[in-house]
Amino acid sequence: MTADPKGVLTGEHYLDGDHAAAEGALAAGCRFFAGYPITPSTEVAERIAARFPKVGGIFVQMEDELASMAAILGGSWAGAKSMTVTSGPGFSLMMENLGLGLMMEVPTVIVNVQRGGPSTGLPTLPGQADIMQARWGSHGDYEIIAVSPSSPQEAFDHTIMAFNFAEKYRVPTLVMMDECVGHMTEKIVVPQPEDIEIVPRKWYEGKVGDYLPYEVDEKDMIPWMVKAGDGHRFHTTGLTHDERGYPVMNADCQEKCVGRLVDKIRKRVEDIVVLEEDEMDGAEVVVVSYGISSRVAIPAIERARRDGMKVGSLRLVTVWPFPDFRIRELAPKVKSFVIPEINYGQLYYEIERCAGGQAKTILVPHGGGWVHDDQDIYDAIKEGAK
Amino acid sequence: MKEPATLAPESGTSHPMDELLRMDRIPHIWCPTCGLGTVVTAFAAALEKLELPLDDVAVVSGIGCTGRVAGYIKVDSFHTTHGRALPFATGLHLTNPKLKVVVISGDGDLVSIGGNHFIHSARRNVDITVVCVNNFIYAMTGGQVAPTTPLTANASTMPYGNYERPFNIPYLAESSGAVYVARWSALHVRRLTTAIAEALAKPGFSVVEVISPCSTLYSRRNRLGTGLDLMKFYHDNCVIKHDADTRDLDIGFQKEIVVGKFVDIERPTYVDSMNEWYGSVFGDDYEPYEGSVK
Repeated sequence: MTADPKGVLTGEHYLDGDHAAAEGALAAGCRFFAGYPITPSTEVAERIAARFPKVGGIFVQMEDELASMAAILGGSWAGAKSMTVTSGPGFSLMMENLGLGLMMEVPTVIVNVQRGGPSTGLPTLPGQADIMQARWGSHGDYEIIAVSPSSPQEAFDHTIMAFNFAEKYRVPTLVMMDECVGHMTEKIVVPQPEDIEIVPRKWYEGKVGDYLPYEVDEKDMIPWMVKAGDGHRFHTTGLTHDERGYPVMNADCQEKCVGRLVDKIRKRVEDIVVLEEDEMDGAEVVVVSYGISSRVAIPAIERARRDGMKVGSLRLVTVWPFPDFRIRELAPKVKSFVIPEINYGQLYYEIERCAGGQAKTILVPHGGGWVHDDQDIYDAIKEGAK
Repeated sequence: MKEPATLAPESGTSHPMDELLRMDRIPHIWCPTCGLGTVVTAFAAALEKLELPLDDVAVVSGIGCTGRVAGYIKVDSFHTTHGRALPFATGLHLTNPKLKVVVISGDGDLVSIGGNHFIHSARRNVDITVVCVNNFIYAMTGGQVAPTTPLTANASTMPYGNYERPFNIPYLAESSGAVYVARWSALHVRRLTTAIAEALAKPGFSVVEVISPCSTLYSRRNRLGTGLDLMKFYHDNCVIKHDADTRDLDIGFQKEIVVGKFVDIERPTYVDSMNEWYGSVFGDDYEPYEGSVK
């Protein structure tokens, strides 16, 4: 299906990434937003607060991020596409109810405009140091989907993509932006509504009385969903549960329940992963990057190519689930992977794990507060080409 | 481990609450003499009294003994995280305002870990009914001090007696903006039922506090006898004072407990305020929420 025209601001705009993400949410059909102000993400909330009254959406500023995350789960269960937005400290608070969303399998989107951390860190300056928190931040075992835009246009496009992932896989989906992307202003093009692909929710269409909230469709491992108030009188819980949604406290049920939460993503990694590759044929060095760092890497890659080095670029549009399969394919063929990220090594360790010693892995760390100097990335490429 | 036994009614027999309870989950996990059975019964009776269609009711609970209520009531029911029942319920209510959303949870869940959500939900006057079951202690985790434990009472984390001043829940609710506030005990079944029905019928944030016996932990630690002894205590020491000043409703250890209906006022709900305001700002350009994923 395609987008509800009501929320789609078709045309060319000059917007920063935060405003573009808000427009992406509106275009995707988001009609419930609960959030709490935090730099550098607040503009997303402000844009939505201004736009919602005229498109039939409900915006509520909650008392904190714990409440914001809980509220969007409630909103999604009532049938509204729901989103919140935050940055590091608020992201930490959301981890509790992110877990509830994963356990109850609630389609929702969380935008994290990353800043420097830990703690209050650098509220107005960029970081990419929440990437592992995105994967492992809530307690217990799970798989999750995260995308990482590198421009305002992608903030728009990837927010729609995130809503589609959330609905298709019934999983809270993360848009891992950063302060640079959030606050850089560029032209964005919002397509016609009929050119925006929207994945509908997997609605239950059976009889009232027969509905089992966690009965699994064997084809895709995703249960069907209903709306609260539609007469199914179902139960759902954050406890380990059976297909009726009833708590069952034993290892067998844990295996079925949590095993499926993991498998529904893990067994379809290749369907989910979105990569952008450039000049990978014959590449000796592959720069693996995501978010703003993939743009900063471009001049370094181009310069290295001009200097005769064979450099490919592998850009992770989806950072989670991690594309193990692609790194494993490349590792025996290349000399090295160069990984620039605005942290002291996070996805780097995933790449090192998948490279399995078959290729060198070179981290280009950055503590946050600004983006890399492309000279540092160039030097790492040169080192990797040796 | 085996699934819990099913107590389906024998053929030709039925229980008056069959329609409201998930009979396939009975027996419940609560201790003998716990007040929660009474609370569930009073809630069911209140729904019956109001003739509310069960399809239009949703129950949201947090964590703890009372947190398990959601799992036994056969309406759309959500067993959420500790303290977060109210914001979850807020999202549910705002995106389906025709639902009667009820939060049934414990004192620790609602006014300790969820305290911030409690005061802000009251401030916003979201149309949610709260049944706060107050047993003066954290029972599910084994009897730790709660923000409601009376001064000097014993708890496992106040092994020499409690010296922290407890919350007075009706005062907290009223001063935060609740439009309906009542307190009854698990002994006052008829009055409790009436209060829950009134709260459900009241547009806005309504709070019914239920003083509820915990013989397993609160009573045992404080040598107060059996559940029946606690009920006798309520009988002898609860004093009905409707319209009492909520500032005077502190509960002391084994002291008089003032019960009654304290607050019943009119104030626009969150959704009414929002619709009215946006209507005045945007006129016909205002598009109120319709509410469903296309």
